[in-house]
Amino acid sequence: MKYYRSHVLIGINETSLAAGVESFIKALRAELSKTGLSDEINLLETGPLGFFGKGICLTVYPENVNYENLKEADIPELVQEHFLKGRPVARLMLDSAGKFSPKFNYKSRIVLRNSGIIDPESIDDYIGTGGYEAWEKALTKMQPKDIIEEVKESGLRGRGGAGFPAGVKWSFTAPLEAKQKYVVVNADEGEPGTFKDRLIMEGDPHQLLEGLMICARAIGATKAYIYIRGEYKLCIMRLQKAIDDCRSYGIIGENIFESGFDLDIQIKIGAGAYVCGEETAMIESLEGNRGHPRWKPPFPGVKGLWQAPTVVNNVETLANVPFIIIKGAQEYKKFGTPQCTGTKVYTILGDVAYPGLCEVDMGTTLRTIINEYAGGMKKGFKFKAALVGGAAGMFLSEKLLDVKMDLASLDQYSAVLGSGAILVMNEHQSIVDMLWSILRFFRHESCGKCSPCKTGTQQLYLLISKIKKGEGTMEDVELMQNIAEAMQQTSFCALGQSPIMAIRSAIENFRDEFIAITQK
Amino acid sequence: MYKEICVKYAPNKDNLIHILHEIQDTHPQHYISADAVKEISEYLKLPENHIYGVLTFYSMYSTTPRGKNIIRLCESPPCYIKGSYNILRKLKTLLGVGVGETTKDGVFTLELCACLGVCGNAPVMMINDDVYGDLSEEKVEDIIEKIRGRN
Ligand SMILES: Cc1cc2nc3c(=O)[nH]c(=O)nc-3n(C[C@H](O)[C@H](O)[C@H](O)COP(=O)(O)O)c2cc1C
Ligand code: SF4
Ligand code: FES
Ligand code: FES
Repeated sequence: MKYYRSHVLIGINETSLAAGVESFIKALRAELSKTGLSDEINLLETGPLGFFGKGICLTVYPENVNYENLKEADIPELVQEHFLKGRPVARLMLDSAGKFSPKFNYKSRIVLRNSGIIDPESIDDYIGTGGYEAWEKALTKMQPKDIIEEVKESGLRGRGGAGFPAGVKWSFTAPLEAKQKYVVVNADEGEPGTFKDRLIMEGDPHQLLEGLMICARAIGATKAYIYIRGEYKLCIMRLQKAIDDCRSYGIIGENIFESGFDLDIQIKIGAGAYVCGEETAMIESLEGNRGHPRWKPPFPGVKGLWQAPTVVNNVETLANVPFIIIKGAQEYKKFGTPQCTGTKVYTILGDVAYPGLCEVDMGTTLRTIINEYAGGMKKGFKFKAALVGGAAGMFLSEKLLDVKMDLASLDQYSAVLGSGAILVMNEHQSIVDMLWSILRFFRHESCGKCSPCKTGTQQLYLLISKIKKGEGTMEDVELMQNIAEAMQQTSFCALGQSPIMAIRSAIENFRDEFIAITQK
Repeated sequence: MYKEICVKYAPNKDNLIHILHEIQDTHPQHYISADAVKEISEYLKLPENHIYGVLTFYSMYSTTPRGKNIIRLCESPPCYIKGSYNILRKLKTLLGVGVGETTKDGVFTLELCACLGVCGNAPVMMINDDVYGDLSEEKVEDIIEKIRGRN
């Protein structure tokens, strides 16, 4: 390997592409070769860098300096000052005071271990970091039941919402006799404020594929689908390339590694319906139907896609699997809490100093995440609330900042955790306004299959609109809660059962705000 | 003419969504016409009402003609709180149309949509396949001008 003095990581994502990162890179390469630095500075095009700067961003190692919003005109200065003379250009830095660099704790990373470090479009890069060793081990040295035991033992729970133990889910499907079984990867990510799965796929598509392969082997599925939302063009492109590369390397296909096992992976694209993130609705959609949820039981693990046994897992869930297979369940259990093992990927948005992406141990408190990973509140703003888990999530007030964020502690709110979305609100922002936006979302996304949700979401929206305009009463507020409770008990799927979470937590934690606005 | 697109996919029902995507994306008016439905129906041997059922369920499809550039502005909570409705107001003035409408010259259609998964750069909109984040009113004006210039 060539020795480079510095590594410059450039984040290629939807935002930087829109900002013209491709021509920026060309210009930067030209400048580097003009100044004779091409052999000293390694320019690496990679996925998410761990912070959300504006426009084109880059991170320079080993000094760990982050730049944001770069323009082509900045290149000569950047190269002259920083790369040539070693003086970082404060003017262009994410944090010009240089005090804060997003805490990229590599030791505690599993899912994001390669993100922002390797070139996600290169299978050789992935293999170079030990990639596909877990797949080879699972295929040639382990029996399906050993794989399932290991995953069960690891305590890995689903990261898509319900938090169901992955190994247990697989163990229901594995023993079933069937002509065909399937694995479906849930990459539909529609929860507002959530995009961790996108970043996982953009940053390291092969790790997801490897987890998926191991799952397929464990349950005996020879066909797998990745159901991904149509808007995620970059993910789709990267995953497709990753799949094609695997095929040409013989990592998937027929009789893989002479094991007699076949596996084919296909990408399927969604068309803009939040409810299709629900596993049975997703299966309907895969079959070419409207995305209406199915009755459970039978669960997909028994009768799923085309009535065949089907395991549906979230992107992040599967991305944990290669680590478990290579390092073992015991090693995995060192992360997180005893009841809820491993790490969790979050995206932090809103009025924090450094909105970004992080992977922390399960059970890390919201306070730690905000203070240590997002640099605390943005200057001049006070914390009011965090909406955790998107529209199907809940509002946490100041006094809940020290709740441990894991499935066991959040218990009934476990769905909140899955999405990994944390939206921090400042003291000037209105909870009523936010709730209005949430209920508007549900009204739009109700699939219309069952009455409690179809009419309920409409009524909730009308009530909150009235309250927002200052025309509501506290009775309306109570009514809203009652309707949402009835929906929770009677709706056909978890979509209609969700609005209660935001409504109840808003009213419980911010009652004064509702009193004030209804007395206007 | 739609047949050419259909035959790229095996004639199975599960390819319906992909076929609809491609037909809509390649149509200059970004929609699925009655003729298209008829041809898909023949190709996949599916009743037309099944196709309409699917077509109207998913928010990305349209059964009416639209502009060359589909603007989809995100109005979900994280974008909302960062002022997506100010952006909406600006877009309405710039284009002279309301939500769901197409400009007379057929260059733009304005739509609202749910979270696009780019919330780190809220407020966000997509125009066809391109994402535009960290929107401000000035920035929107710029973007619209640029696209107008190209058309
Ligand atoms: C309305 C609704 C939307 C959902 N959206 C998603 C989603 O975007 N991604 C996801 O992984 N799971 C989503 N789920 C959860 C899935 O139904 C399912 O529980 C999950 O994919 C199982 O994977 P896991 O066990 O790996 O978490 C959603 C559920 C509901 C009810
Ligand atoms: S609860 Fe809502 S989304 Fe779920 S089936 Fe009923 S109408 Fe559809
Ligand atoms: S009678 Fe009203 S929903 Fe059945
Ligand atoms: S909320 Fe607008 S992109 Fe996610």
